[in-house]
Order: sequence, then C-alpha cells, then structure tokens
Amino acid sequence: MIINHPLLGPRDAQEFTYLGDASLLDRPDWQVPDAAQAFHDYLYLRDNPAGDHRELWFHEQGDRSWLVVTRNTLTHEILNVELARDVAKARRAAQ
Amino acid sequence: MSQSNRLKGGLIQTDKPLNFTFDGKSFQGFQGDTLASALMANGVRLMGRSFKYHRPRGLLTSGSEEPNALMELRSGGRQEPNTRATVAELYDGLSAQSQNRWPSLERDMMAINDRFSTFLTAGFYYKTFMWPKAFWEKLYEPIIRKAAGLGSLTGEDDPDLYDKGFLHCDLLIIGAGPTGLSAALTAGRAGAQVILADEDFELGGRLLADANAFESRSGSDWISEVLGELNALPNVRIMPRTTVFGSYDHGIYGAVERNADHLATPQADKPRQTLWRIYSKRALVATGAIERPIAFENNDRPGIMLAGAVRAFANRWAATPAHSVVVFGNNGDAHATARDLMAKGVNVPAIIDVRSDAPDCAGTEVLAGAQIVETKGRLGVTSITVRLANGQHREIACGSVAMSGGWNPNLGLTCHQRGRPSWKEDIHAFVPSSDLPVGQSVAGAAAGDLSTHQALMGGATKAVEALNALGVTATMPDLPEAEDRPVAITPFWHVKGAKRAWLDYQNDVTVKDVKLAHQENFTSVEHLKRYTTLGMATDQGKTSNLGALAVMAELTGKPIPETGTTIFRPPYTPVAMGALGGRAVGKDFHPTRLTPSHTWSEEQGAVFVEVGNWLRAQWFPKAGETHWRQSVDREVLQTRNSVGICDVTTLGKIDVQGADAAQFLNNIYANAFAKLPVGKVRYGLMLREDGVAYDDGTAARFADDHYVVTTTTANAVLVYRNMEFARQCLWPDLDVQLISTTEAWAQYAVAGPNSRKLLQKIVDPEFDISNEAFPFMGCAEITVCGGLRARLFRISFSGELAYEIAVPTRYGDALMREMMKAGEEFDVVPYGTEALGVMRIEKGHAAGNELNGTTSALNLGMGRMVSKKKDCIGNVLSERDGMNTEDAYRLVGIKPVDSSATVPAGGHLMSATGPVDAAHDQGYVTSTAYSPILESSIGLGFVKNGAERMGEKLRLVNPLEGQNIMVEIVSAHFVDPDGEKLRA
Amino acid sequence: MHNLKPITPLGGATPRVDTIGAMTITEVVDCAMASVAARNDQRDAVKSALAGKISLPEVGLSTMEAPYSAFWMGMDQWMITAPHESHELLAQEVKADVGDTASVVEQTDAWCRFDVAGQDLCDMFERLCNAPVRSMAAGAALRGTLEHLGVFLWRLEDTTMAVIAPRSSAGSLHHALIGAAKSIA
Repeated sequence: MIINHPLLGPRDAQEFTYLGDASLLDRPDWQVPDAAQAFHDYLYLRDNPAGDHRELWFHEQGDRSWLVVTRNTLTHEILNVELARDVAKARRAAQ
Repeated sequence: MSQSNRLKGGLIQTDKPLNFTFDGKSFQGFQGDTLASALMANGVRLMGRSFKYHRPRGLLTSGSEEPNALMELRSGGRQEPNTRATVAELYDGLSAQSQNRWPSLERDMMAINDRFSTFLTAGFYYKTFMWPKAFWEKLYEPIIRKAAGLGSLTGEDDPDLYDKGFLHCDLLIIGAGPTGLSAALTAGRAGAQVILADEDFELGGRLLADANAFESRSGSDWISEVLGELNALPNVRIMPRTTVFGSYDHGIYGAVERNADHLATPQADKPRQTLWRIYSKRALVATGAIERPIAFENNDRPGIMLAGAVRAFANRWAATPAHSVVVFGNNGDAHATARDLMAKGVNVPAIIDVRSDAPDCAGTEVLAGAQIVETKGRLGVTSITVRLANGQHREIACGSVAMSGGWNPNLGLTCHQRGRPSWKEDIHAFVPSSDLPVGQSVAGAAAGDLSTHQALMGGATKAVEALNALGVTATMPDLPEAEDRPVAITPFWHVKGAKRAWLDYQNDVTVKDVKLAHQENFTSVEHLKRYTTLGMATDQGKTSNLGALAVMAELTGKPIPETGTTIFRPPYTPVAMGALGGRAVGKDFHPTRLTPSHTWSEEQGAVFVEVGNWLRAQWFPKAGETHWRQSVDREVLQTRNSVGICDVTTLGKIDVQGADAAQFLNNIYANAFAKLPVGKVRYGLMLREDGVAYDDGTAARFADDHYVVTTTTANAVLVYRNMEFARQCLWPDLDVQLISTTEAWAQYAVAGPNSRKLLQKIVDPEFDISNEAFPFMGCAEITVCGGLRARLFRISFSGELAYEIAVPTRYGDALMREMMKAGEEFDVVPYGTEALGVMRIEKGHAAGNELNGTTSALNLGMGRMVSKKKDCIGNVLSERDGMNTEDAYRLVGIKPVDSSATVPAGGHLMSATGPVDAAHDQGYVTSTAYSPILESSIGLGFVKNGAERMGEKLRLVNPLEGQNIMVEIVSAHFVDPDGEKLRA
Repeated sequence: MHNLKPITPLGGATPRVDTIGAMTITEVVDCAMASVAARNDQRDAVKSALAGKISLPEVGLSTMEAPYSAFWMGMDQWMITAPHESHELLAQEVKADVGDTASVVEQTDAWCRFDVAGQDLCDMFERLCNAPVRSMAAGAALRGTLEHLGVFLWRLEDTTMAVIAPRSSAGSLHHALIGAAKSIA
C-alpha cells in the first residue's frame, strides 16, 4: 500500500508500523471514579469495521511521525492521512 | 540428430547453432530457440509424464501457460525443477532432464497408474486414505509424494545471486505485443516515464507468431521500427524477460527479471534474477489471450497442441511438431493456423471444424460439423478418428493435432485485487470487468479485443486515457493497417460421450472427473477446484479453468457466467524462492550489528552470540579451558573478586530533552522521576497499559531538561516507538524531544571491588569519583584519557561496586584497550553475556525471562514502586483485582536442597508431597545459572505468594525431561542482599 | 589532548574507499553531526538562532553553507553536520547558539556515512532502496530503508549520494553497497 504522508507525500506502507484503531488517542482520565472501567474499554473494546477505519500508523523508517490513516478495510483505499499529533492536540483543545 | 522438423524462415539465427542435451541425448538448436522449439525441431514430441496417471505428454502451448513440458534444468545447486520448456531460452550447453518418470521417459513404470485410472479419479485420496489415521503420515503420504510429484531439487545451496530493486513510473505497460507496443509508443512520445515489461526475450507477442497481422508489412519489421524509436527515448525503460507476476495495492506491481537464465551461469557478481517492486501511477495490462483446448477422447497424446501454439512454432521458430498436422477447431482463428502451416510446407490433411457452416480453406479439406472422437499412438499421436457431420467415422493419419476452442483474455493481473471478470458473449470468454485494481486499465486481447487492429487501437487509446488522467497530453500515433477478423466462434467445450478427455493437463482432470464432482455435489466452482485439483500447480489452470467450468455449467444447466469463475492470485507464473529472498540469505539474512569492542573481542578469541541483530561476546575462553562453564565461572569470580569489563553498548539509549522532560518520564515509567536530582540515575520500570511490565532500564538526569533513558537490548526499538506514541499521541502538549543515541556511545560496564581504582586511572584527575563525591546511582559528564568527553554512571547490574562508562563510539575500541591495560595490575577480566547473566541472577535482577509479557510489577516484587500519585501508562489497570490476588506470583530465588543438583530452566514447582499436575502448579522457573560464588545451581522464578514462602521446600519438576528435584524457596538476592557492595 | 585512537565504522584505522566500475564508495569519517529539535512552538526561534551558521531546510531538503550543512530529519527536527576534524564538539557549539529554543544531541558516532559517487548512481540505488532516486534532485534528503537498515539518503550532487546508516551496521551496509555496485558494473 501507499500512504500519502501529509509532509512527505506518497510512501510505501512497508516503512510504517501499524498499531490499530485511532481510538487509542483517546486515553481516559486516570482520576475519574470509574477509571478502571474506562481504561478497560479503551484498551480492549474496538470496533472492527468492514469499511472506513481510522487507524494509527507509525512512520518508523521515515520521519518517525505517528499518523492517523483513514482506510477502507475492504478496498484498502486510503481516504485521509493526518499527523496524529495534530489530531490529538485538536481533540484536547475540543475537550 | 538432424533437425528433422525444422522449417524455413522464422526468427531464429541459423548461423548460431547451440548444442544442448535432453535426458542425456545431444541435440542442436539455434540462437532464438526455446528449449521447446529446439526439441520440436529435432522431432522430439514426448517431453514429460503427467502428474497423476504418468501419461506420456508433449507440448500443449508455446508460452508460459504450458502445463505439460516441465523439466529440470541444470544440475547441482543450480538445478531447477518444473521449468517450462516453452519459456526456457536455449543456450549452448543447456542440459535438461525430464521428470516424474522412472526409469525413463519412454518406459515409465509409474504409468501403471493409468491402468488404474478408474480408481484414481477426483477425490481418490480423500476417500481412500482416510484410515487408519496413523498410516497417513508414515505410509500413505510418503508413497503418494514419491509417486505423484513434479521435479526435484538437489538440496544444495543455490550459488547464484538474486537482486531486489525498486522502480517508479507513470505508466507500466505489461506485455509488449501489438497492444503494449502501441501503448508504449503513445506514452513514450508524450514524455511520460514508461516501463514496458514482457515475459518473453523477444518483444512483439503474437506479432511474432502470426504471419499476416498487418496488411502490407511484416510484423517483425514494425516491431523493430517501434523498438528502435522506444530505445532512443530516455523516458522509456524496456524490460524483456520480465514477468509482472502480481498486482498489489495502490499501483504496486511485482516483477521478476530473468537476467541470466538464458546463460549457462551468470557472470561473476551479477544477479541471475532480479525481483522488482514497481511503483506505477497507472498500469496497462496488455497481456493478450490464451487459447483453450477442446476436450475429446485421449486428447493428451504428445503432438496434440493448441493451434495458436503450432502456428507460433512454425512462424517464429520454424519448427513443426510433425509433417502432417490436423487442425481441429470451433472458430475462424484455427483456419489461420492451417493456412500458415501450409504456407510453410506442412501437410494439413484436414480442418475438422465443429461449426456446420465452417467456411472452406484453400489447400485442405474442411470437415464442417465434424468432431474428433478418438486418437491413437502410444508415445505420440499417430492417427485420429473423426465423426463426420453425417455420423460416419473416418480415420486420419497425422503426427499432430492443432486444436482451438477459442481464446480467453489473459486477465490474471486484473483479478489480484478481487476483481471479478464478466462474460462476453460474442467471444464466449470472460473479460475483465470494471472492478480493476486502482490505476489499472486493460487493452487489446486481454480486454477481449482479439484482432490485431483492435490491439493497436486499444493500446494507444488506453495509453492516452491513462496519461490524460495524470495531466500528460498524449496523442494517438499512426498505426499500420492490421488484420481485423471478426471472431467467428461457436462455443464448443467437449466432444459428447468422451470419457478420458482432458480438461486440465497438468492435474490430470478429465471431463469424467468434473461429472463425478457434480454427481457428488461439489458443484460450486470453488469446490470443483478443490475436489478435482483443477487449476492448481504451476500453470494455475491457464488453459483449463474455463473448459471445466463450461462442462460443469452444462451439467447444472446454468449458463457459464452464473456458474462463476475462479479468480486469480499472484504470482502469475511461478517465482523462484531465490528471487524472493534476494540478497537476504545466509548470514546476510538480516544486518549484523557490531559492538565497539568487536575487533578487540575477536582478537581475544571471544565466542559471540546473536542478540537480536547484535553480535555480543558470550565469553572469552582462555588457553586450556575446554568447557564454556570454565570460562564463565572464571569471568564471574574474577569480576566479583577484583574487576571485570563488559561491553553494554547494545542497551538502548534514548535522549529525552525538553521543558517537560521530567513530566514525560513520569508518564512513561511506573515509578516517579520528576524529583530525581540532576546528576543521579534511577531504575525505571515500564508497564504496558494493561499493567503488565514490559521493559526496564535506567534514566540518568544530566540537566533539569535533559535525561538519558536506557532500555533493554531487545526492546530498544519498541520502547523508542512507544515513547514517540506517548509524546505525539497521548501527551501532545508536553514540550519534549526524543532521539536515539544507542550507537553514538560506546558503553562499558566496569564492575567489581577494584572497578573504582581502575577507573581512577582512566578518568581525568579533575573528576573526583570517590564514593563520597560520586556515590551509588550518580551520573556525570566527565573527560577521560586526557580530555575525551565521556559519561559516567554509577550503576550495577552485577551487584558489585560498578560503573558504566561511555565515550563516542569511534573511541570505544581504544578505551577498551586502555582500560584493559590500566586494569592489568588488578587482574582485570573481560566478561561476556553469560557471566553478565550469571551475576544478574545471583543478584536477583529481573531480565527478559522475568519480564516475559505475563508479569506485573507486583509479581516482580516492585508493586510498591508503581506510583498511585501520578498518571502513568499502566497504573490504573495494574490495580485490577485479578492482578492483585493474595496468591499472586512473586519473584523468588530457587536453590536445590542437594547442592549438586541442577535447577532446570522452565521447570514447574509443585508442593513437596501433593500431586504433580497443572491444577497443583505453584509456579515456574524463569532463569537458572551455576553460581560459582555459591558453588551451586540457582534459579529465579515465580511462586504463588512467594514472598511469604521463604524457606519452604517444593518439588521442581520438568516432566519433558523426567526431572524432579527438591528445592528451597529463598530470596532472589543470593548475593549481597543488603546492597553493601554497591554502595562501597 | 587525549591519547585514544579512533577507528572507522568499518573498524579500520583509515577510511575505506572502493571503486567498482563507474562507482566509488567512500567511508566518510570526517563528519560531525548534531541533531536539533525545536522546542514546542520554537521553530522560528531556532531558525533565527542558527541563521548565522546555517539556514534550516524545509521538509525533504538540505542546505549547505560551508563548513556547515543541514538536512531535514522529521517534524521540527534537523541534522547539522560539519567537518569532524574542526568541529568535533559540534553539538556543544550548536547548543550554545540555540539555547533553550531547541534540544541538541550529539549524533556523530550514532551513524556511519558512505558517499557513493558515479555515473550509474541511479542504477545502483534502485537495487537498494525504494527512494525515487531518478527524481531526487541534488539537495534532497530522505529517510528510508536500505537492505533492512533505516538510513538517510542525501543527494549531494547529481552523481553523489551520501548514505547515513546506524554505525553498528556499517559492515552490512558496506556489503550491500558493494554488492549493488558489482551488480550494475
């Protein structure tokens, strides 16, 4: 696959390490009363969509940026690629 | 032997004779021949035995779809089985052997299988070898494997080199027939980056095989004109002998270039083959079409071939399978073969055309509405029996039958991304549908446009479209007037009533087998394939799939498109494992990482061990030492008694800086770091988010905003990746920057009671490293040996008074030599990873065996370290009930009651008297060593509620090796439990 | 002056040079390196702090202002190089320039460097890595893989490429470079 890196342009997916669902960005607050349940859900409960999926890829053999890649799991079409740090910052700002 | 079946003309160079052997017999062919054409020219029809029935077989095709003529080429390490004679380019000295026969091709004893064909039908193996189950592995499988097989390997190492490479292009054109050449001309002239790849060594495709493709010029004339122009274009890369075998995501294609398969041996240092990964913006599949056979009784005798192949052999290679060739077909193209053969002087006794309205053909008799119902000839066809339209039978003598059931677009590459072909009624074949891989288009015969005119126009048109999509302007080139025959075809798949009529030559699947599959309800195309083995092995059903499907369609009463089609997967044709391996073989399988002291260690005769990609000294044998234990015991004792040095460069080192560096370390380590003073080091434990410990190391604080973190050797990459994840994704607002410095510093552990004295001779005198000035867990930037910048850490893995000292890597070798010199007076010893391991076990330090992916901080005896006052990865879930039960595992030391007994690694602990089974498991042993200090075998392990069980005696069992000893649970800190040595 | 004799990444006393066909592969040791990573929101500040030394390049590029060069490594991160002979303490020098606007780390010996030069540069590198070498202009720098090693490829000139790889793997890298050079020789 080819991942269109937001800074570097098209790069071979072989250069990347795959992590999984981008919901891993949403790490719960450790101090809320039901933190254990929240962390359990965060860590173990994932959607496994046949279709568009936001997922985390690490450009380990490149610029070492973590990316949020929106990929169709049926066709492998890549619909969007963002720097994970930007996504994470935006989510924090929104909270 | 003379070339009895050689014709006039062709594209072979008769002034360049080449000698070769087949099954030990010598023959001569010419430059430009394939092994197949040269054998044919020499009158050889019998070239192999079939897979299951060992039936005599000859060529069916002239190309890479060949199912029958599989041979072993070359010998020794270069021996290659299952090579298709049709694609093996002849070279001087080539030696080929037939395969799957014994003792010889002519007299194959295994041909007895053919007599038992009634029993060896589809599903035979599944039904026959069901029981007793135990017989399968020992008896049935070895016998079957021996009998039913293809070629063999010698088991010797392949001496040749294989390269891998990467290419980028705007347009990849796959196939250099009329379609591909016209597309390349269009795209090349437009200035696009073009790759034109073809599996053949001669470009031109069917233009090389058809005599009358153009109205007013020869095919080869046009080919050389086009290639001349393309060769002059720097933006066009022409790749003959290159098979594009797979279409992958997003325009990536796999291709194998056979650089030296046409030579006896590759030139020195040159690759035999190159595996290319091609990144294309657009790709055009111009792979032509593959002719299909007709199933009739005994249609597999040598000499019975596809009509287009016979035509190709005659026109391109000036060879004919026999001097008398009958043509059998259901379409107009078959007549072209008859005409071309007659033009070459080959006798064509008749064209048997199943169409009742078949047109006449000058020079031969056309038997319209007739069918072949039987053939004769033991090792090659000698005559056929024809049932005429009026029902009468006629026998015709011939040495070959050229058959044509029509042409199937060669659409394998269009299916590699799950594309499903669709049915095209006018040519009675599947064509690619619109669900092509991204960026791919198809033109010419591969798209179902079977005339030369359509090929030329299609190639150019699709090239223009592809380039326009890329924003490149392209225009149609002038193309020559070409043949544009309509496809006059009446679908005809098999002769009714025929039983042993082959559909799949390679897997011996007949019409009868398909009927049996239907009878047993394996009617879905996927079941049919697996039940009968249709379409498997090296040819992947290129000539057979549709025929079998058509028979099944007839049996189920459904039209072919409703019956379905199997789709294709990569590779298009077989790819050698060597090409896939490339240069990564033997010791080059992965890069080797050498430590800064590697050269010095080699000089000392060190024994090395692979740790990940690193080579580390395992121990340093001395003269007279005959067993590794002698060396290791000596290294341990000398270190504990005086001083030892170990290269620990391999530990991961990550530089952490930034205003929020302290906060960041608090987040990634289970224990607290923010309050660590500058100039101090602290042990740190990293948890996964699920609370399981996954790595440990130290963090040294060099400034308020500057730490250096170490990781274990094995986890260096993982920890660095996870730290980047934490930095970018979990705490993106923190001001922290990371970079690996693992390789920047040569780092040595200097351990033992005399380590300080040794280092005082190395560290420049302005730096006070006395116990008072530089206590345990101190760190500092210093200089050594008269001014070289260095880092010093007072940390200990061995439990001794110890330091780690680091200098820029280029000076690591020199520092090792200096330290060994400085240590002479203390009897300094270099120690390897074994002694390192012994000492850490003696000290009770956890390592990879203990941080094994199942253990928590609590299990490791570090439960109290996990901070509850800060947010760190893993702290919330490490508090789960299940991880904090009373009987949770605890890290303990294990000592045999009888000190002469050996503690087995991996053994499990049971109560002294209770049953020995999983239900009564009390724990397990993770690490063991012989402790020369304690003069006893010792171990570390996890025992339920182990901290409360000191002194208890348990049984340690290892049922796999019948071990069963009594052990005592003791503190994991066998040596210096109070840490007095460390602080000395 | 200290008395420790350095060795090259390949383990020799002097750098190795191999000429194979049209290609020359030179082990480069006279290259000090320091990474510079801008602190949060300090990109412009770092750039101006270093303006007197070297201008920091944009994504995928490098700059050369003798004796200094710089190439882009990652988001807000650059590698600065200078001759080792004269700038062994490059990291300290750069840190003095940037102060608290950036994190600076000595990287000199983290890497080995081979300069590969010759007319067949592209033919050679397309057998080694997936970088689009034919469209890489002089000055382009990228990080990718070469024979399973994470490397920087820095196009110094049309016919010269610097390959910067983990120092411990210098032998494996050199072996791969030699193999590819022989392949196309």
